[in-house]
Amino acid sequence: MLYREAGQFKASYQEDSQIFPIRQDRIGIAVVLAFFFVAVPLFASQYWLQAILIPVLIFSLAAMGLNILTGYAGQLSLGSAAFMAVGAFGAYNFILRVDGMPFLLAIVLGGLCAALVGVAFGLPSLRIKGFYLAVATLAAQFFIVWALVKFPWFSNNSSSGVISTQQVEILGFAFSTPESKYLLTLAIVTVLALLAKNLVRSSTGRTWMAVRDMDVAAEVIGIRPMRAKLSAFAVSSFYCGVAGALYAYTYLGTVEPEGFNLDLSFKILFMVIIGGAGSIMGSFLGAAFIVLLPIFLNVTVHSTIGSWLPASVGSNLELIVFGGLIIFFLIVEPHGLARLWQLGKEKLRLWPFPH
Amino acid sequence: MKLKKTALIGATLVSLLTSGYAMAQEQFIGLPSYRVGAYASGGSGIYGGWIDYMTLINERDGGVNGVKLTWEECETEYNNARGVECYERLKGKGPTGNSVFQPLSTGITMSVLEKVPQDKIPMVTIGYGRTDAADGRVFPWVFPMISTYWTQASAIINYIGSREGGMENLKGKKIVQLYLDVAYGKEPHSIFDKLAEKYGFEIVKIPVANPGNEQQAQWLQIRQQKPDYVILWGWGVMNPTALRTAAKTGFSRDRIIGVWWSGAEEDTVPAGDAAKGYTAAGFNPAGTDFGVIKDIQKVVYGANKGNMEDKSRVGSVYYNRGVVHGIITVEAIRTAQEKFGKGQPLTGEQMRWGFENLDIDAARLKALGADGFMPDLKITCADHEGSGKLKFQQWDGAKWNVVTDWIEGDREMVRGLIEESAEAYAKEKGLTVRDCTKES
Repeated sequence: MLYREAGQFKASYQEDSQIFPIRQDRIGIAVVLAFFFVAVPLFASQYWLQAILIPVLIFSLAAMGLNILTGYAGQLSLGSAAFMAVGAFGAYNFILRVDGMPFLLAIVLGGLCAALVGVAFGLPSLRIKGFYLAVATLAAQFFIVWALVKFPWFSNNSSSGVISTQQVEILGFAFSTPESKYLLTLAIVTVLALLAKNLVRSSTGRTWMAVRDMDVAAEVIGIRPMRAKLSAFAVSSFYCGVAGALYAYTYLGTVEPEGFNLDLSFKILFMVIIGGAGSIMGSFLGAAFIVLLPIFLNVTVHSTIGSWLPASVGSNLELIVFGGLIIFFLIVEPHGLARLWQLGKEKLRLWPFPH
Repeated sequence: MKLKKTALIGATLVSLLTSGYAMAQEQFIGLPSYRVGAYASGGSGIYGGWIDYMTLINERDGGVNGVKLTWEECETEYNNARGVECYERLKGKGPTGNSVFQPLSTGITMSVLEKVPQDKIPMVTIGYGRTDAADGRVFPWVFPMISTYWTQASAIINYIGSREGGMENLKGKKIVQLYLDVAYGKEPHSIFDKLAEKYGFEIVKIPVANPGNEQQAQWLQIRQQKPDYVILWGWGVMNPTALRTAAKTGFSRDRIIGVWWSGAEEDTVPAGDAAKGYTAAGFNPAGTDFGVIKDIQKVVYGANKGNMEDKSRVGSVYYNRGVVHGIITVEAIRTAQEKFGKGQPLTGEQMRWGFENLDIDAARLKALGADGFMPDLKITCADHEGSGKLKFQQWDGAKWNVVTDWIEGDREMVRGLIEESAEAYAKEKGLTVRDCTKES
């Protein structure tokens, strides 16, 4: 009843091809954005902003990057964390070495560095597919982290490869409080998410999906697989790179190459799988699930049964429950949380008069 | 009616006041522990020992001058992002907030390094973390206590020198540093180069890829090089693998010297007989033969309030290191209380003063029952490291035996490098370097 689109007519091509064609969706997005842009910074505590919301946003962006590559273009990658590292170290070096480098430009340039590296490591995708490609992207994961430690130039000759980021400043305004950092992250993530949402509906996105579904058929109808695959690698790595730069600048402040290890790549892959491959919204849901659930479990276990349980049993119990929940969700809905939302939405549109 | 109301308000007020009073007599310590994952053995031992020591203080002495210690654990999984979450979660707990943050992970240390001055919470990193933070002029809130990696590297060379019968005999010797190829393993490279130049020995650095469970190639290389000593700079699974592979390639374990993260029972027991004769550095020896450990056994485990599930680990290297963490934390609370009021819970700023003015001398160690258990420790405004003394222990196949007295590193040389590095950091960040002559 509430989600009826009856009576919403599209009179022009613009109306027909807008990002959110249903009016309720537009209102919903506006409300959500207003909530996160206005209400959250006003009422959320520092802990929520700094320790929960900023990482969720950043990981959503990284998951979105991988989702473009894996979910839309069908190329499995295990190098997302390494591309994040390229973005972080790229932005750091641009700000360090170029006088008066604006922060936003540095972030974009960091992302572009990651895109270049991504294209280079995406080249094998022209020949190999599926799990074999995943193994090839592992090379990116290990090589990049190794290179960042090996060549001290990247970390400005820090003996251990650790970089400590500069103060974030845009037009003279210093982003030092959690609120301002949160808003900056949110703004960048929102813009990039809308871009991604648009991109996957465009001809580029359609070529990616054609290649994903069957690359021989795609080639037959005139899509160039090389261009499609490499552009997917470039865009995906760009997103990961920007996420990495934000991870360094608005979240941690000090990062080491070891922090961008294979574990993080796997984590991002799990976000895509849990959230839903081939869905922008799924990236947000997946990131929220993977970041929030362990913290939620830790808090719950501590506040309930933690006092009479040995600490190590409690910690292991959290992991067991976490793994169990992942399996549960994958069995109930193999297409991820985004699919659950999609099903719910379809039901809502018919409610209260299903066929 | 009126009387009833007044009585009610009065009762509420009294209960409010008393509850506030009872709350105020607690000092909260947030514990960002890790009990799962690859490094769980270290985490459970150290945090277990630390908790047991705090339980001892509460049970035996009724707290520090009547202030009970309270704590809460937060699982970090040795993961930087989780560590930051724990830092933020623990920061506001307790009547005066978190008193000290000790993450036991260099990665987490780096991640919160710039947050601690803003939140006014001191961070203590005993035997890990950022080395140049030992310069208290630039890092007032960070305390890499007892010994940094650089001091340790220099102390190991001094130990080798003493085994060779004098530093002058190091000339022409060949020493291999077998290290885990991550930031931790590269940390001492510059200091080894400087020492090699000074004493005329040759240093060969051989990396082992993380996590280090395959070292055949490295040990073949070591056999070709024929070094006089191998310094094992490992962590976790790399250590027993190194000892086993050394045995296989026939390198005498007697001439392998481990760092303090390579010298626990967890490193030698899995290597079995191959570990016999291996020596490792440590700022605390293993064993239960100390007053403080005996007290813990009697008071804490006697009342069945111990934290360790496996009681046989009490007295192991990691456990005792946790007790050292506890002693330093409690002594800092005691020191700060002497200035800011006995029996009062302390804020983060007051705690920082306590750490900065910490002075655990030989007499104090004796009083604590920790004579020979940890080196004496004096922290000043400029020097956040302290004595930098290490003991070396040898594994006899069943237990660690202390083979040296406290050995110091080349303090002067290390201090120069620390100041150089810290000043570069201050310049990059635009920080003002504190003038320590004006601090009280």
